[in-house]
Amino acid sequence: MIRTLTLTAAVALGLASGASAAGADDTHITDYSFSYEGPFGAFDQFQLQRGLQVYTEVCAACHGLKYVNFRNLSDEGGPQMPEDQMRAYAEQFFMSDYDSPENFDLIDPDTGDQKTLTPADHFPANNTQGAPDLSLMAKARAGFHGPYGTGLSQLFNGMGGGEYIASLLTGYTGETKDEAGTLLYENEAFSSGYINMAPPLYDDGVVYADGTEATIEQQAMDVSAFLMWTAEPKMMARKQAGLTGVIFLTVLAVLLYMTNKRLWAPHKKTARKD
Amino acid sequence: MSGIPHDHYEPKSGGAKWLESRLPIIGLLHDTLMIPTPKNLNWMWIWGIVLAFCLVMQIVTGVVLVMHYTPHVDMAFASVEHIMRDVNGGHMIRYFHMNGASLFFVAVYAHIFRGLYYGSYKAPREVTWIIGMLIYLMMMGTAFMGYVLPWGQMSFHGTAVITGLFGAIPFVGESIQTWLLGASSVGQPALNRFFSLHYLLPFVIAGLVIVHIWAFHSTGNNNPTGVEVRRTSKAEAEKDTLPFWPYFVIKDLFALAVILAVFVAIVGFMPNYLGHPDNYVEANPLVTPSHIVPEWYFLPFYAILRAFDDSVWVVQFTSWISFGIIDAKFFGVLAMFGAIIVMALAPWLDTSSVRSGRYRPMFKWWFALLVVDFIVLMWAGAMPAEGIYPIIALIGSAYWFAYFLIILPLLGVIEKPETPPATIEDDFNAHYGNQAADGSATPAE
Repeated sequence: MIRTLTLTAAVALGLASGASAAGADDTHITDYSFSYEGPFGAFDQFQLQRGLQVYTEVCAACHGLKYVNFRNLSDEGGPQMPEDQMRAYAEQFFMSDYDSPENFDLIDPDTGDQKTLTPADHFPANNTQGAPDLSLMAKARAGFHGPYGTGLSQLFNGMGGGEYIASLLTGYTGETKDEAGTLLYENEAFSSGYINMAPPLYDDGVVYADGTEATIEQQAMDVSAFLMWTAEPKMMARKQAGLTGVIFLTVLAVLLYMTNKRLWAPHKKTARKD
Repeated sequence: MSGIPHDHYEPKSGGAKWLESRLPIIGLLHDTLMIPTPKNLNWMWIWGIVLAFCLVMQIVTGVVLVMHYTPHVDMAFASVEHIMRDVNGGHMIRYFHMNGASLFFVAVYAHIFRGLYYGSYKAPREVTWIIGMLIYLMMMGTAFMGYVLPWGQMSFHGTAVITGLFGAIPFVGESIQTWLLGASSVGQPALNRFFSLHYLLPFVIAGLVIVHIWAFHSTGNNNPTGVEVRRTSKAEAEKDTLPFWPYFVIKDLFALAVILAVFVAIVGFMPNYLGHPDNYVEANPLVTPSHIVPEWYFLPFYAILRAFDDSVWVVQFTSWISFGIIDAKFFGVLAMFGAIIVMALAPWLDTSSVRSGRYRPMFKWWFALLVVDFIVLMWAGAMPAEGIYPIIALIGSAYWFAYFLIILPLLGVIEKPETPPATIEDDFNAHYGNQAADGSATPAE
């Protein structure tokens, strides 16, 4: 009967994810291998730091990260930047609440400077037309679907948000088309085939401090890993808690199994005698 | 409480006697916890405990989430991210709550199908069954409204689709939809009231759960044989039963620990597997997701809703005979709610004299087909309504109704059931006795 239960659970779990699986199209997503994948996978702090560099030097021109706090850049399980570096990094962003209309009077009458209403402890939003905020992008896209709408592939490959971003950044074919005065770029990973965003990455477009060769693919993977961290900054703590929980519950289950067996033994023994 | 003869609580100390004569609460707890329970219950009887645990877990995690959540269209999405990033342990609490809904529904479906197989809905347990169905409906309402709160794309557009169903009701539909949403479209009034009701309904469920337990404690548990506990004397009743504590509490806790180990693995290692990526995009009324799907636990009934379109002759005929009042959209809504209503009516649709499916050779196969049908409908509900999928959904829906409205009533007449064991004790002894004799156990399913 336990076997039946397990089967039931497995089937339920397998079919359950149908909801998250639909909407697949014939885009091409490469199954890149990231260090954070799987139950024991961990972020590579140096990759996250490189990804932060790519974001800062390339993506930040148009895309914001409004839900991400600067202080988390120093957190364990993240890029783990030393605190002074993190502070220096944060200082380069000019933040004010001037852009919200109700704060127009927040100009210091003596100096003429803009006053900040709230301490700006997070990355700025960027309202560039058509450039979505990237804070949660790695969770807002699924790279893998199916087969046949069951979502089972995600059980083995993961949701594929990081893979999707990396595939998108490397998926440009070089073809373009003009649509109503807008130049669109052909991209194998994008659902409609043509994307508004110009190819953002070039070989050696950034110079990594650690000497890693900055190929397009390397930059794409680094920034994808970084965006997975911005979407899920507590991933490492979560996996740790999950593992502890599973071990604890397994031990508890074994103890309860033995208690149960002992408890019922006299009654089952009586049954045998009859 | 139960009609099965058993020892009642006798207060011994002076203090206990004092309290018992004024408020017999210890006696009530004693009778509830020590209730005689059929000793042949198998592993499908553990889901009740899992469900009780889920309700408590959802209420506890939910209450904590409310402390940090803001039900405002401009702030709801950001406040959920605040929980995920800034609140201590907030990401775990939220993922437990989010996946807890899925565990809740896995358990409730297992619980319902167990009842359908072993005839737990049959006399004298109809009231237990009906209350259970009410709890299930409340759960669906609660889960639906909870999904709105993160204010993601799927929250917003899913709400628009589902509340739109009420708009399909002839004449008054539009007014009802506006009344439900508090506006002509999904917005701040809807978010506020769904938040309020999402907090309220779990406590209504808790009340119904108490009545559900009260009802089946009055009739006694069903069991895999469907044979009633002997009630002529306490000695006989004790041969068929064991007290709930400790025998079934420990057994159920073991099962709960195993299930929770799987659950915690999902929360820890793949918490978004059962969710939809679009819900990590903040709600935007101007951009509709390409494919709107409800959460997995609604999919079978969503499939039934969509199955009946204009091309089905039953729909065309109903529309013609009702002068167009019942159009395809309204027919779909009726079918979806009807699918649950026919299930609730099972006690009166099942005509068989034998309770447990274990002794019904034909019923077994039809029941197995119903389980497969449920899974197929779940799958069809997740697929886009084009190509072959509407046909699959239609066949699946037709079988769902046929099972309850045709097969259950007919089987009682044409099927020749096997003879169940005379007593629960016989079943228990046959199971564990045979095991010792020839080593091949008859599965106690």
